[in-house]
Parts: sequence; C-alpha cells; structure tokens
Amino acid sequence: MLNKFRKIISMVMVLPTLALANVSEYQLDNGLQLIVKEDHRAPVVVSQVWYKVGSSYEHNGITGISHVLEHMMFKGTENLRPNEFSQIIAANGGRENAFTGRDYTAYFQTLEKDRLEVSFRLEAERMRKLIIDDAELLKEREVVAEERRMRTEDNPHALIREAFNATAFVNSPYHHPVIGWMSDINHYEADDLRQWYQKWYAPNNATVVIVGDVDADAVYQLAKQYFGPLKAEEIARLKPQREVEQKGKRTIEVEAPAELPYFMMGWKVPVVNTIAADNAWEPYALEMLAGILDGGASARFSKNLVRGDEVATSVGAGYGLFSRLDEVFVVAGTPVKGKTVADLQQAVMAQIELLKSELVSEQELKRIKTQVVANAVYERDTVFYQAMQIGMLETIGMDWRLTDEYVDNVQAVTAQQVQAVAIKYFINKGLTVAELIPQPLAGSPSPRTAGGRHGR
Amino acid sequence: MVARILIVNLLLGLLLSSAVYASPKIEHWQTSNGGRVYFAAAPELAMLDIQVVFDAGSARDGEQSGMALLTNAMLNEGAAGLNTDQIATAFEDVGAQFSNSSQRDMAVLNLRSLTADFALPAALKMFSNVLTQADFPVASFERIKKQMLLGLQAEKQSPAALSSRTFYSHVYDKHVYAAMPAGEEDSVSQLTIDSIRNFYQRYYVAKNAVVVLVGAIDKAQAKLIAEQLLSGLPVGDRAEALDKVPALIKGAIIKREHPSTQTHIMMGQVGMSRHDPDYFSLYVGNHILGGSGLVSRLSNEVREKRGLSYSVYSYFRPMRVQGPYQFGLQTRNDQAGEALDVMKATLKEFTDNGPTKEELIAAKQNITGGFALRVDSNRKIAGYLAMIGFYGLPLEYLENFKDKVNAVTVEAIKDAYIRRVDVDKMITVMVGGKAE
Repeated sequence: MLNKFRKIISMVMVLPTLALANVSEYQLDNGLQLIVKEDHRAPVVVSQVWYKVGSSYEHNGITGISHVLEHMMFKGTENLRPNEFSQIIAANGGRENAFTGRDYTAYFQTLEKDRLEVSFRLEAERMRKLIIDDAELLKEREVVAEERRMRTEDNPHALIREAFNATAFVNSPYHHPVIGWMSDINHYEADDLRQWYQKWYAPNNATVVIVGDVDADAVYQLAKQYFGPLKAEEIARLKPQREVEQKGKRTIEVEAPAELPYFMMGWKVPVVNTIAADNAWEPYALEMLAGILDGGASARFSKNLVRGDEVATSVGAGYGLFSRLDEVFVVAGTPVKGKTVADLQQAVMAQIELLKSELVSEQELKRIKTQVVANAVYERDTVFYQAMQIGMLETIGMDWRLTDEYVDNVQAVTAQQVQAVAIKYFINKGLTVAELIPQPLAGSPSPRTAGGRHGR
Repeated sequence: MVARILIVNLLLGLLLSSAVYASPKIEHWQTSNGGRVYFAAAPELAMLDIQVVFDAGSARDGEQSGMALLTNAMLNEGAAGLNTDQIATAFEDVGAQFSNSSQRDMAVLNLRSLTADFALPAALKMFSNVLTQADFPVASFERIKKQMLLGLQAEKQSPAALSSRTFYSHVYDKHVYAAMPAGEEDSVSQLTIDSIRNFYQRYYVAKNAVVVLVGAIDKAQAKLIAEQLLSGLPVGDRAEALDKVPALIKGAIIKREHPSTQTHIMMGQVGMSRHDPDYFSLYVGNHILGGSGLVSRLSNEVREKRGLSYSVYSYFRPMRVQGPYQFGLQTRNDQAGEALDVMKATLKEFTDNGPTKEELIAAKQNITGGFALRVDSNRKIAGYLAMIGFYGLPLEYLENFKDKVNAVTVEAIKDAYIRRVDVDKMITVMVGGKAE
C-alpha cells in the first residue's frame, strides 16, 4: 500500500536527560501525510488534521471563507447530522476544536489513547463527504459575524491590527484578516463554500499529526483503514503573490472608542520559508533580536522602557519566523500617563538605533539562547503543542525537523548577525506605523464604520 | 488564529473538573514552620514546576481594594537587596520562568525551571529571595500603582471587563468577593507602601502557604527544596475564615451603555464553594446545561439553532466560600433581548424538569471518559495539587472523582437545581450599544 516509508528517530541533543523524540513519517497512496510522535508520559493522544488552506489562499470578495468552512465542517456530512461530530467526540470523553490561520486550517481532538479510531473515522468522513446545507450556512454566517464583532469590531487593538496589516501588505494576501471582512462574511453563498471545500479538502492536501501514547505502526494501519480509501484531488498551485516593494514609510490613524492610546509599528522582514539560502541565518537573527528586545522581564523593552525611562506601560516586539510568506516584525505598545505615543515611538526607535550602532552583549545573547533551550524542554509538557509545531511547519511547506533544528539555528546566531539584520531591515522603506486615536466612550453612537481610515 | 469556539477561561476547566486515568501519586507533608507541601514526581522531563499559593487574594483586601494584587506584584520588584533588573536577569539567565498573579482567593508565585545543575539551584535561590525577602522599593510601588490605574482605565474600553465588574458588585454586594482583584481607582490611588508591607507581613507567612512541586525530583529533594523555600518566612497564622455569601433576595437587570456593536450579557447568582455538599450534582448538571461547550443545551439553543452568539456558556466557579454561578453570551445589540430570553428559557426548562437520562449518560461519558486528559501535563497536575492543597480537599480527590460523577442521578440534579438555582432572582448585566 505504501509507496513511501521513512522512520526517523531524532535524538534531541540539548540535554542528556531528554527522552528520545521518536517520530515516524508515512505517506498513503492517496497522498495523505501522516506524522506520528510517540510520547508515553500520559495515556492520551492528540489527533490533528491540517489542511493547506487558510486566509492567505483567499482573494478579495470571499475573505474569511476558509474560516467559515472550518465552522461548517461540524455541520453535517453524508453520514453525520449537524453537530453530531462534536456529540460523538464528547461521548468519548474527548476535547475538540478547530482553528484557522493565514496558512492553515486545522482540526483536533484530544482523547484517551484507545479512542484514536473515533477521531480517524470522523475526520475521514468529513474530509470528503461534507454537506453544506443552505440553511445551516445562513445561521453560521450569523455566528461568524458575531465572532467578528466580539473579536474585532468592539476591540480597538484588534481594529488597529487589521488596519495595520491592510496597510503594510498591498498585494500579499496577508493583507486581509483571517476572519474576513464583514461585507464578505455577510455574502458567502453555499456554492462558494462547496467549491472551496472541493478544491482544498483532500487527502493529498492534508497532514495528519498524532502525538501521544501510541504505537506508530498501529496508527499507520489505522490511518490506512480510514483515510486510505479517500480519493485524491488535483490541488491548485498557488500564485506567488509576492508583496510589491515598499517605497516609503506608511502611516495611518485609526479612530475608535477607547480609553488609552496605542500604536503598532512594523518592518517588512523575510521568514525561514522565503529567505535565500545564502542568508538562511537572517530569520534566526531576527528571532534573537526579538528576544533581546522583549524576551522576558530582563529584556531591553521591560528594562528600559517600562522601568528605566518609564515611558511605556506596556510594549512588546513580535516576529514569527515560520509562515508561508514574508512577514512584518512588529512593535506595539501603550505609553504611560503623561507621555504620548510619539514619546514612546521615539524611545522604541532609540532602542532600534542602538541595535544598529552597538553589538548586543554576549551575556544578553547567552540569556536568550538559554531561554530557547529551556523552552524546548518546557514545550514538551503538552502533547498538543508538540503536534501543533509539527503540523504547522509541514503545512506551510517546511520540514517538521525544523522544530529540532530551530534550537541549533538560534544557538548559532552571533552579535554581528543581530546587528546586521537590524541595519538591513529596520529602515523607513519597510516601515508601517498605525496609531489608535481614542474616541470618547460615553454616550457616543455605535461605531458602525469603525474600520479605520487609511490615510497614506 | 481564529478558532471555532472561544475558550472562555482555560484555567476554569481545570478548576471546575477533575479526575485521573492513573492518578498522580500525591505526597503531602508540612515544613518545619507549618507550610503545607504537595508533591508529585514527574521524572520524564528534566524540569520542575513550583507553585506557592497564599491565602492572600483580594478577599483579604478589606476596604483597600487592589491591595492584594499590588502586594503580589511587588514581590519580584526588589528582594534581598537586589533590584528588579537583577532579579529578572537571575531567573532568565538560567532559562527559568517566574510569574506571579493574584485573584480573589489565591495569591500565587510560580517558578518553572530546568532541573539541570546550571539552572535549578540559581533559580531556587532567587525564588526564595522573592518569596521571603521582599524589599518593596518605593519607585517600583509608584510605577506599578500607575500601571494598575491605567489598567483600570483600559477596562472601560472592554464591554466584557465592564460587565464582569458590574456582575460581581451586584451579586456580592457587601461581601468581600464583590470587589475586583484589580481594585478601583479611588482605593488603588490611596494605597500606601506601609499598608502593602503590613499586608505582606500578615498574609505571606508559612502557615498561610501551600507549596506545590511537580517535576523530575524525588521526595527527599522536594522536602529539602520546600523547607529551604519557606525557611525565611515567619510561622504566622492562616488567614481568617471568610463570611458565607447571602443568597440574592431578588433579581435585577443592570444596563450600561457602551459604544459597542454587541451587547455583552452576564447573568447569574451566588453559586457554590469548593466543599459544597451539592458539588457533584451541580457540576454535572451544569455540564449538561452550559458547561460542555458546543454540545451543551445552551449552545444548542442559542448558537446551533438560532445563530445568536459565537460564545454562550454557564459555569460554577467554586471558591473558598460560594463563588458565582454565571451565564454569558454576546450578541448584536438589536437581538440582545431575544438572546437573553432564550438563555433564560433554557435555564428555566432545565431547573423545572432537569436533564434527560440520555443527557446524563452522555455527560458522564464525557467527564469520565476523558479522565486522563485532565492530568496529562505537569502544569495541569500542579494546578490540581494547588487546588487540593489550598482548599483542603482530600488527597484522594482525583482518585474518587469518577465515582462521584457516576453516582450523580437525574433526581439529584433536579433536586439540587430546585433548591439552589432561581432564574427569577438572578442579576442580569447588559453592557452594549443601542439597537440600530
């Protein structure tokens, strides 16, 4: 049955006391990829099904369709009534949910180890036999609209993040929000969803990740039994949609009912998936740089901006090096009372300039590296997180082994490399700045159009 | 990332429920100065989780609300002559994670460290400093106070935070649980460093502490670590017993206008304590009604059938004395009335008639069939140990959990709901904008 079979045992060399990370990888004839990581600490198993589809696969007019489809995946198949999927998992003592991101849609169940079959039976069913019922979709559109109101419309920080992304990214699909624009949410048709499902939900576009107290080969047999009969689909090749070169700093304001000012600033940066081989170290240097600024209470932002200058009540830096397309290195924060957003931005920029002009100390570098090593151990406390890392990497088109290589790659970063990426990427031409302008809360009418104005 | 259901409160699931496939072996003893220690060995990963929990939450604030939180937040700001930077650096240099938090009942200090020789001794030394040698530097005090005040201001832009604050103040009225741990602007402004010191001296004492250790150490090591951690604390006394919470006499609806597109509805009443005799009947009953996510009755009526809300839930929050029984949803302003009606009707139907036999079977299958999931990580085990230790639950609590759940009957749930839950005497808070 199998046309490809590999078994890999990768020893994590970080600490001698670490258990063997025992990972097996399989591919079914229909293209379904299966990755099993045995972890025998507790008699549980997490089962995750990852599809290569998410908001970055969407075009304008149907934004958020991957997410609403994720909701509809619980609404009935040829052999399951609406919500029956969840009822069966519940009756088996399972926990389940699903999530949609820019680059993936994933479904999971956590179960006692001997119930894995329930997960496979149901997931195989909805991989190819979903039924999109018109009436169910109409209701679910309302649910998603409520979700968007809760997460975004009534949350000033979420509003500004959305406007920020829509400004920083012009033609990259990271332009639009995962949940979709409200106008699009209100106009999904059942046929839109059927097509989207047909296009992306197939064994050869899915990765099944199992972590827990299981035997890898037994899991493989089970996978063959349930997923094996499913038909493969011709999967469309994505257009590159490479972001156009930014020609100068972009600044926007977002007015929304709020008490406190807030800002986001971010620079265009590459990620592991997009970086040229010669510069493969750069994303790890950026990761290190994020740690230097914001890797705990001893890092520079806390030490100098929250304490020290006391200019920020909160300030953070964020960079995700694992995504399908180029990303933004973001800094965001709120000034203390008596200071302005401009004051805080100035203080942040002073920190950025310092990174360009002076090498970070060996002690700082070592501290961040030690944290990375420690986190690699801490993360193994949950099977869910381990599965998540594997599934996410595979789904954005990378190799799950990067979870292990990640530690080595961060360890290899030098002070000179941190300085080099600061100089190369923290430039005005790559910069977008968004400021939240608080509007009065009391007695003001409902902000129907609070989507931010985009002044360039 | 956008998920299909909102996890209202991750910790909540942990505190509300429990059980074990193979229960972790819990060892319990006292330090020489009277601290209660709970230990479970977890040798697989070379790491150690420690929680030290004091009965020093906002229930101890008295008139000065915000005191417990500010005290807790000051502990790592200066200790044994070291400043905030030095303390943070000491933990992070060895990859250790320190955190502190304070709620109504518990004030907590957490440490997660590798057990490697380069890490654990250094992390423990600093943790002990923070725990027992706090210096309370004035500059930090002023800064954190300002941060708390800004935090209170930020709450005003969140309809969820506003409704929660309003809900507690009405359900608990004059009881100490009425105030939010974050305090109020007036009271926080008036806190002094002397009052913080006094609070610390009264409540951060060995007899008022529970120490939880879960990780790759043996019992002898655990004994040594716990002893050393608390050795700098005076013996002291346990915190005073809290007053019981009087039941609500009549219901009320409180509406607050907010420029949001949704109305946040929070409804509820006084619930139960950790030692409540009806605990399992109410817990399993609520699991069916609104505690089991997408398969609960409330979710079925509000979301599945009508699409009125993304998140709808109900839960008991069992505490030292009666925590709240709380219902919630958020919906477009113009359908808030309808959603509230559906939620109330669903509750009323449940209190009048109880669950069906089938529902009870399904709930038991769900709760007991997922037993192992509740203790499948060191962090979760530590959470249970802290709960058992802090609330003085029996060491066999986890082992007995399945049996107690299985013993619940339809009649017991019905009886408990009739006696304990009254939809006509609930507080309903609605925060939102006008219908368009």
